[in-house]
Amino acid sequence: MAVTEADLRRLRWRCRRGLLENDLLLERFLVRHAATLDEGRLAALNALLERGDNELWDLLSGRVECDDARLAPVVAMIRDA
Amino acid sequence: MALAVRQFDAVVVGAGGAGLRAALQLAEAGLRVAVLTKVFPTRSHTVAAQGGIGAALGNMGTDSWQWHMYDTVKGSDWLGDQDAIEYMCREAPKVVIELEHFGMPFDRNEDGTVYQRPFGGHMQNMGAGPAVQRSCCAADRTGHAMLHTLYQRNVRARTQFFVEWMALDLVRDASGQVLGVTALEMETGEVVLFHARATLFATGGAGRIFAASTNAFINTGDGLGMAARAGIPLEDMEFYQFHPTGVYGAGVLITEGVRGEGGYLLNKNGERFMERYAPSAKDLASRDVVSRAMATEIKEGRGAGPNADYLLLKLDHLGPEVIDKRLPGIREIAKKFANVDPVREPIPVVPTVHYQMGGIPTNYHGEVVVPGRQGPNTVVPGFYAAGECACASVHGANRLGTNSLTDLVVFGKAAGDSVIRFLRENPGHKPLPADAAERSAARLARLDGQRGGESVHVLGNEIRRTMQAHCGVFRFPDLLAEGVQMIRALSDRVARSEIQDKSKVFNTARVEALELDNLIEVARATMVSAHARKESRGAHDRADCHDRPGFPNGRDDQNWLKHTLWYKEGDRLEYKPVNLKPLTAETIPPKARAY
Ligand SMILES: Cc1cc2nc3c(=O)[nH]c(=O)nc-3n(C[C@H](O)[C@H](O)[C@H](O)COP(=O)(O)OP(=O)(O)OC[C@H]3O[C@@H](n4cnc5c(N)ncnc54)[C@H](O)[C@@H]3O)c2cc1C
Repeated sequence: MAVTEADLRRLRWRCRRGLLENDLLLERFLVRHAATLDEGRLAALNALLERGDNELWDLLSGRVECDDARLAPVVAMIRDA
Repeated sequence: MALAVRQFDAVVVGAGGAGLRAALQLAEAGLRVAVLTKVFPTRSHTVAAQGGIGAALGNMGTDSWQWHMYDTVKGSDWLGDQDAIEYMCREAPKVVIELEHFGMPFDRNEDGTVYQRPFGGHMQNMGAGPAVQRSCCAADRTGHAMLHTLYQRNVRARTQFFVEWMALDLVRDASGQVLGVTALEMETGEVVLFHARATLFATGGAGRIFAASTNAFINTGDGLGMAARAGIPLEDMEFYQFHPTGVYGAGVLITEGVRGEGGYLLNKNGERFMERYAPSAKDLASRDVVSRAMATEIKEGRGAGPNADYLLLKLDHLGPEVIDKRLPGIREIAKKFANVDPVREPIPVVPTVHYQMGGIPTNYHGEVVVPGRQGPNTVVPGFYAAGECACASVHGANRLGTNSLTDLVVFGKAAGDSVIRFLRENPGHKPLPADAAERSAARLARLDGQRGGESVHVLGNEIRRTMQAHCGVFRFPDLLAEGVQMIRALSDRVARSEIQDKSKVFNTARVEALELDNLIEVARATMVSAHARKESRGAHDRADCHDRPGFPNGRDDQNWLKHTLWYKEGDRLEYKPVNLKPLTAETIPPKARAY
């Protein structure tokens, strides 16, 4: 199943967070990578976005290392975006 | 537009601290409650609150609700209603203990009581001091802990959540009674009418009307826009609290601790300008003094950067060890959001909007009140509001730190209790008027059919830039007058906003266009109210109204000790008196506000 426009729009909304820090980093990530996401990455992102906002910021700011091998690549992409 | 109708006893719009506390009260009373929220409840902006929740528990030493009340009235620069403030300060200890019983993981003292930390503006002995420890916290994640605790409790009480639903408009009948809301389900693009016997707004603040804001993107003031479109005035919208050091262009907060550790501000000439404005306290002067100095530097052309519109926060002289050890997280924030490493270069900063004091006018029962047959505070039947979107008014012209979380829980609960009473006295659903969904239908049809309009993104940025430049932390009469014209012109352009994507499923472009309709109402209310209030009071700081005999800090009690009410219809203002009479305590009479 390919990534659809609707999938991307849904992802975009789920990047709306309770912490501004996360909003900003995810927005930057979307600008750079949204167009080229594959299904695997999308699934990992959706899983990552299930995490709470403080936990997410700890991961994205690099204060805490990612303990889930499945999520680590997308965490790195967001950090570097 | 024929659309699906769902019936509930009560509809709560918003699932932050205020909405969740209100919903819990209703669900535990056995009512059928729907909670609508744009994002998953625990992602509401309440999650950002770190400092804690204020309550005079007296766990660390003597404290009393009277002292808390005094601090709140003084903090509000006497614009807060003293009945509501007394109510909040008396209820605060009870609601905090209740949260503890709900399982909220507060920090504790050795004797098992809730630990409390000091916070700016909270004092002993009716303001005389010294500082009191009144803020109850759960590490630096108090808001997070509160949301999780309340959400779990609601799930247990069978509150029904509608997540990723956006409320669009308030439904009122010919008598003015509120009968529910229309809402868009993002997943399907369907609009549903939630027919409710009572409707409660807890939609949070509108900090996103400013370019420099510490608020998350979701804070677009939807509740305020919906209320304004339905003919409800907005109260005291000129009052927003600013934080002096938000990262330029991003908004993310740089804690006061940076200046506490010896960091200081520079203008484009490398001058430590705070020495001129506050010779002894310098960069450690109070928030409003520092913010005003920064705004003056920028206005007078001494800002740094290509547009001369920011200042520089220097901390490299502290050395990497101090920065890493005493200011954890600052380096990451500066690198990620300002693209500088503060160990080597200064951080570009500007005064940044943080909290909205005004909102939908309510009394201390959480009932929405407007001028009407029973005077300036006539209850609108079936309509309630709590939290940052509401104006009870406990924060008046300036909120005290930690009092927002107190407000959420105290008035969330009070509004819930008022709904329960109202429903007991008013059984059954009143019939919906034939045109119940008309306003929403027209807005959506307009958006779908719009050709040759402007992009939502461009318009949003223009609103934010205009508010920032013309209605910022320090306000100049010429800029305000221009700002009113500019925001009115923008309002006409927003009425012709256009989106390219017309798809149904999860159309975020449509959602953002609908949010823009709310942003513009709040922006207009703010600019028009600020332009009209010709005094300085609390967070509303005008360059043409300064300290002089009889006018402490530019405050004019003779003419301006009153609440502003802005009406969308006619873009006009009315005023109503401040309630200086507490419920049982003695009035705290206005005097100069000095710390
Ligand atoms: C960085 C930061 C730190 C802070 N720290 C503190 C602190 O330590 N102590 C303190 O007292 N205060 C603090 N504040 C202020 C405080 O956090 C907020 O005022 C408060 O959390 C607002 O809560 P609320 O319940 O009113 O709204 P929010 O938590 O903002 O929730 C709003 C809810 O409304 C929903 N919503 C909005 N529009 C719609 C719509 N159209 N349809 C459906 N749902 C909608 C959203 O989805 C959300 O669920 C801080 C603020 C910031 C920015």
